[in-house]
Amino acid sequence: MTIPLSTSTFAQSRRLPKVSLPPVGASLAMLFLIVLIAASIWPDLFATSNPLKIAPRLAFRPPGLGHPFGTDQSGRDIYSRVIYGAGQSLLLGVGAVAVSMALAIPLGLIGGLGGRLAERFIGWVLDVLFSFPTLILALLFAAHLGGGIGPLIVATGVGNAPGYGRMIFGQTLSVRRAGYIEAARMLGHSPLRIIWRQILPNVMRPLIVMVTMGIGQAIVWSSALSFLGLGAQPPAAEWGTMLAMGRDFVSRAWWLTVFPGLFIVLTTLSTTVVGRYLQRCLEGRTS
Amino acid sequence: MSAPAGRSLQINRLWPLGWLICRRLLSGALVLLASATVTFFALRLTPGDPVRAVLGGPTANPTPETVARAIAEFGLDRPLPVQYLLHIGRLLRGDLGTSFSQHQQVSAVIAEQIGPTLWLTGSAVAVAWLLSTLSVLATARRGWALSAVGSAAETMAAALPQFWLGLVLLAVFAFGLRWFPPQSDGGFLGMVLPTLALAVPLAGFLAQVTRESFELALDQPFILSARMRGLGEGAVRWRHGLRHAALPGISLSAWAIGSLIGNAVLVEVIFSRPGLGRVLYQAVSVQDMPLTIGVTLVVTLVYVVASLAVDLLYILVDPRLKAKRT
Repeated sequence: MTIPLSTSTFAQSRRLPKVSLPPVGASLAMLFLIVLIAASIWPDLFATSNPLKIAPRLAFRPPGLGHPFGTDQSGRDIYSRVIYGAGQSLLLGVGAVAVSMALAIPLGLIGGLGGRLAERFIGWVLDVLFSFPTLILALLFAAHLGGGIGPLIVATGVGNAPGYGRMIFGQTLSVRRAGYIEAARMLGHSPLRIIWRQILPNVMRPLIVMVTMGIGQAIVWSSALSFLGLGAQPPAAEWGTMLAMGRDFVSRAWWLTVFPGLFIVLTTLSTTVVGRYLQRCLEGRTS
Repeated sequence: MSAPAGRSLQINRLWPLGWLICRRLLSGALVLLASATVTFFALRLTPGDPVRAVLGGPTANPTPETVARAIAEFGLDRPLPVQYLLHIGRLLRGDLGTSFSQHQQVSAVIAEQIGPTLWLTGSAVAVAWLLSTLSVLATARRGWALSAVGSAAETMAAALPQFWLGLVLLAVFAFGLRWFPPQSDGGFLGMVLPTLALAVPLAGFLAQVTRESFELALDQPFILSARMRGLGEGAVRWRHGLRHAALPGISLSAWAIGSLIGNAVLVEVIFSRPGLGRVLYQAVSVQDMPLTIGVTLVVTLVYVVASLAVDLLYILVDPRLKAKRT
């Protein structure tokens, strides 16, 4: 999550580059995401064996030549399972953000444009929902929806929706008061046209960044729910489920938990870095 | 009111603060009411028989007498608005119902389990602030190589999922090096790993926010004037920069405490710690609705109290706000 911070004119006047991570980081992150997307479309290209095939004699092999990430308690190849999990995780991340957006955009826009009463009420509702920790909101939903990938997407999406809603709401309020809206109104454009041509694009622009970062976050949340046993069920090749399975053997086989988790971290990190990079590009264009 | 002049001046200065607290308490109460409403509908929308939802989930086998008693107690044969009012009335009386999975009053379960969770989240927030402050004070400066290193480290830390970090800490420090016990035993050593698992990602997040405003603050005229007065670099950063830079981080702390309680669910499960998080997880997995609702309400209460405290802290750190209100 990032928080919009006001940049002082004093700082801007010195024209120092905003260095947080070098472009090398951004390109590495993009490369990783591209590989991840490729792996989720054609997992066979990357995987070395069937992710669900058990081979009891090969159980608990530490990382080595034949099995770069080792094998689990039933001799399944962790590397292949991680590769096959990429598609699941991306689907979860993108799906959950889509669910969040489907809830947050109408709420935020109605709150921001629907007049005083709607503004007060929706602002309050979003505050209340925001005060539920994401995981608890998702947990409440997951408990009702039962296990599986679909419910997991919905639960994660609902859990994250208040945060996005608040952002869209705030953004709509500030865009509504901007000078160019006033100008468009004076030019005699109809309200619908103003919403469509002026307000929506300007509300959405910062969202590109939020969505990019949000996909990584959503993957973390959904893998957390899977880890608690509320998502995909073992022995599915899903990163959170793999972590849950590895947890029982953490004292003797560290590779069962380290590698799936590492991919979760790399994915979140990449979406964050790419998101920041996009943010800088967008800021550069507007200022 | 006939008070001495000096006294009334003081009251005048304190009055806006009191008004602010009153308003925050009121909105906090509204948040709790909303939370109770959400949980009521969560209870009512549970698939299947509502009687079973309060008596023991889908696998329960209640006797006809208990069913009749539950219907009477919860007004399940009456219209929904009446049921809602009964629900709110019970909550107002402090009656959270009975947990069927723990075989005791929900309030008793919560009273027993809230301590460890508050300890854990409290120490995690403290450690997170310590780590992020150190990192920012030591490395933040525009266009400085070390600053990029610090910033990259913070980005990495913020991307670590708490539950995975917990597992890795467990594998390395509890099972590998055997420095800390793998399960919390209630002692200090048992607290270290769970606290770190929660604190490190939060520290990364807080540091990112603080660094951004710290670097902006260092460009401000008041920093220049402090330097001209001959203040050393350390004093400039500590006394002037940090106070300015901590504000966005502080206002995020209430949110952070809320999300920490959510993540405490995972950390408590991993380290087999007693606490509200683990209770909530167990309650959800056996569909113990009364317990789930009770814990959710208490978590909301903690968030409300934390955000009130944060608002007050904000005024304390930023005297400009107090001046504006008076």
